[in-house]
Amino acid sequence: MEDYDVIIIGGGVVGAAIAHKLAEYELNVVLLEKESDLASGTSKANSGIFHAPYNVNPETLKGKLHLRAMEIGPKLMNNLHVPFKQIGALVVAYSSTEVAKLENLYVQIQKLNLPAISWLNQEQVMDLEPEINNKACAALWAKQAGIISPYEFTFALGENAILNGVRIYLDSEVIGLREQESRMEVLTTERIFQGKVVVNAAGLHSDKVGTLVGDYEFTITPRRGEYYLFDRNCGNIINHILFSVPTEVSKGILVTPTVDGNLLVGPNAEEITSREDRQTTRKGLEEVMLGGERIISNLQKGEVINLFAGLRSVIKETEDFFIRTSANCKRLIHVAGIQSPGLTAAPAIGEYVVQLIGEMDGIILRPKKSFGYYRKPVIRFSDLSREEQARLIDQDARYGQIICRCEQVTEAEVVDALTRPLPARTLGGIKRRVRAGMGRCQGGFCGSKIMDLIAKYSNLSKLEITKEGGNSYILSGVTKGQ
Amino acid sequence: MQREVICIQCPRGCLLNVEFDEVKILAVHGNRCRRGIGYAEEEIYHPTRTLTTTVRVRGGVYAVIPVKTIKPIPKERIGQAMQEISSLIVSAPIESGQVIIKDLVGLGIAVIATRRLTEAN
Amino acid sequence: MQKRKVDLVVIGGGPAGLAAALAADEEKVQNIVLIERDIELGGILHQCIHNGFGLHYFGEELTGPEYAQRFIDWVAETKIEIKTNTMVLEIAAKGQEKWVYAVNRTDGMVIYQTKAVVLAMGCRERTREAIRIPGSRPAGIFTAGTVQRYINIEGYLPGKKVLILGSGDIGLIMARRMTLEGSQVLGVLEIMPYSNGLTRNIVQCLEDYQIPLLLSHTVVQIHGFERIEGVTIARVDANLVPIPGTERYQAVDTLLLSVGLIPENELTRMAEIGLDKVTGGALVNQNRETSIPGIFACGNVLQVHDLVDYVTEEANLAGRAAARYIDSQRVQGEQIEISPGNNVRYVIPQKIQEPITDPIDFYFRVTEPMSVGEIQFWVGKEEIYRTKKKFLKPAEMIRITVSFTNWEKMIQVGKLSVVIKEVS
Repeated sequence: MEDYDVIIIGGGVVGAAIAHKLAEYELNVVLLEKESDLASGTSKANSGIFHAPYNVNPETLKGKLHLRAMEIGPKLMNNLHVPFKQIGALVVAYSSTEVAKLENLYVQIQKLNLPAISWLNQEQVMDLEPEINNKACAALWAKQAGIISPYEFTFALGENAILNGVRIYLDSEVIGLREQESRMEVLTTERIFQGKVVVNAAGLHSDKVGTLVGDYEFTITPRRGEYYLFDRNCGNIINHILFSVPTEVSKGILVTPTVDGNLLVGPNAEEITSREDRQTTRKGLEEVMLGGERIISNLQKGEVINLFAGLRSVIKETEDFFIRTSANCKRLIHVAGIQSPGLTAAPAIGEYVVQLIGEMDGIILRPKKSFGYYRKPVIRFSDLSREEQARLIDQDARYGQIICRCEQVTEAEVVDALTRPLPARTLGGIKRRVRAGMGRCQGGFCGSKIMDLIAKYSNLSKLEITKEGGNSYILSGVTKGQ
Repeated sequence: MQREVICIQCPRGCLLNVEFDEVKILAVHGNRCRRGIGYAEEEIYHPTRTLTTTVRVRGGVYAVIPVKTIKPIPKERIGQAMQEISSLIVSAPIESGQVIIKDLVGLGIAVIATRRLTEAN
Repeated sequence: MQKRKVDLVVIGGGPAGLAAALAADEEKVQNIVLIERDIELGGILHQCIHNGFGLHYFGEELTGPEYAQRFIDWVAETKIEIKTNTMVLEIAAKGQEKWVYAVNRTDGMVIYQTKAVVLAMGCRERTREAIRIPGSRPAGIFTAGTVQRYINIEGYLPGKKVLILGSGDIGLIMARRMTLEGSQVLGVLEIMPYSNGLTRNIVQCLEDYQIPLLLSHTVVQIHGFERIEGVTIARVDANLVPIPGTERYQAVDTLLLSVGLIPENELTRMAEIGLDKVTGGALVNQNRETSIPGIFACGNVLQVHDLVDYVTEEANLAGRAAARYIDSQRVQGEQIEISPGNNVRYVIPQKIQEPITDPIDFYFRVTEPMSVGEIQFWVGKEEIYRTKKKFLKPAEMIRITVSFTNWEKMIQVGKLSVVIKEVS
């Protein structure tokens, strides 16, 4: 039986941020993820925004951690070489009613003395965003907001945690959990783990993990959001993240460039029952397109290259984060209800949870001298100048082999993704690490070549390669019925 | 007997309604030119197709090589022909036009490779 | 980074690029470089193992690989320099010169500083995402061409229980191909009330194997979270909107899409060459010369063809024109625009430019099927040409040749309209 100080259940951005923070200390830490890669749930499909705190409520835990993350987030991303573009956000009002709401919001902001948020009149809005729907009449400009890749952030946290001694098990769904004397026992589909503390960062499934110890303190309601992703040639039609005026439950539909240069439109907000139901719907997509067109009137529908839905895990009663020790089990810490701005707040959540762990029986937080930011930056061939590209190919010929033509991803980059501390093993994993297959052909051309590379580096047959693990096989067999 | 046949002699694609017995065509309706009648007769009594498929290759840059029958074969023999072709494995290198099967399912019709395939290095 | 001075760079070694390079070579162009991203020349023809190619151009019926091999063999006899496994990253016009940035493993990055360029990059397939089918995002949804490659080149079968959306020719051909390899093809759905494939393919790929073709039907939802498990299909109304109440579930393990091809004009766009919104390709004159003098386009990167024979013809035209350009560095003269009118979806070329010497070949497609149509060319209020054509279908490209006598008048008006009137 493997014995740890801390066992983290869930490899989304929250679990990864906790693991990474714990890696700073002399602790034996393991993270268990039920899917075949990190960032396979909520962290894979969201808006990818580093939110400015324009509608923060500092009374809530969510608000406190959000504000704390504004201080520590950008530095952490920099240390981990996670691309972060602080392009700023505009919260735009399109009617006099919305202007009134926005004015109220602005009053709140001034009371809280929040930095870097200013008021823009219509002319100023048009000046900053010439393509915006001309019904725009005023906006708040939140300069601290930025865009990041939610999965790259998660991978980076996971990778650097591994480089600092944390173990990560994939394809390891937790099916049993119990307190045994001074230890917790965690049973996965493959193994039994033992640890002093268990952190429940299971996202959409966090309430189910609670029930394993008879804890029914909270219930997760999945809130589905659907998105459109547009081709890279649309990414530069706007310069900022463009929000609508927020409602009680949601920041509403936004239009934003992504860190990779695409244009993203979404999400709507629909409460559903299934925690797996990441389906887009005709109705939902229509709502998103209408919402997007309210912001940018001439969205080029022909340039859509992807549509997807993500699920946010919400505790409806409070709409707040739920981070505390289980009432039933003093060695179990729930980290649940991490809805927006969970991605932004993740570093602060990590810090907060580690504090809670430090207070627990048998745990001493001794800083680890060897801790460091060892993660190597990801080289993106397509972002480099022609001279830099030429130099790279001279050093390593595999940079001269383009694998994904839409995104101009080279063999060297794919191989890097397959040989990093947290290697990709699926087509989806490659796509989210190096963008191969993320472009306009959606992997039609490069899928086969990438499967060959995965097969080579993972010692698998091409028939065993999957899109996202499990039963998501690509090829059912060979021809000629053999 | 009666059958509907789409004529493929030209792009207009007439829908032919063909009346026929064991040995001859009795009437063709719906054809807008004479070629439809000849086509109907062929399709009813001796429908043939050129079969194109692949054959497994040992030691080539690719695992299969495309092949074709050098003449159209009777349509009803296609299943049997596929079986024979599927059971075969040939070795690279292979030249375009190389005979892969001399006599496909006893029809006296050869199957040839339609591309060049070099050996894997 | 090396720089190399050459006369002509042809981008793409499929049927268009091969024919364009050969035509330029015949016209005595000296330093021709033919760049292909795949490991061999021939392009998509290698996976099109069915026959039916070459009837117009060679007067005989060939398979795709055989059609390609003839051109590959001809190129091998010339001194055209071939760069396979090489990717062009960018084209930039620098005054009279054009710079083509290309990379491969052995040469690294090379800038070809060339007098002329022929664009022959072909096209790509429209995806499930591009046509915005809602639902989950499981494995097992492929474009027909991707599956064609898996089966015909690599020898892999993607699935056993297959539905095909779109009755384009590749979809029809793959219906037969997968059936022959033992998959069960449940049917082909077509959103339009008519098929988009050639009649010959409907007969020989579907009817021969009793595969149903459901017109005015589409997929409205995809099910399954790991591998695709099924689809909801529905009938659509005249506006192509799904009719409530007609939905039904169909279990499948594979969905193939044959829903259109898109010219691959990313390089064209980077070079700031003018594009036609309808064709998705460059705007060209009768020599297939784009808005940048000395850059030509042909084949599926210019317009999606249904016959490779026409691709070859178009590429010959572009290759010869490139040779003339290299020879004379001629300046483009006066031009008139051609505008598509009633039931004309688009016309290639989109403009005619001086000097005009030969009769001009026009390629175009109708928007709606028409049993007999009169094609009319108008300059202002004057009809200058008319011809009748029967059985016009959007899936079948029309080609006609017209000679112009009154060029002065046309210049004055500045516009030529092409319309098709129904003849009863």
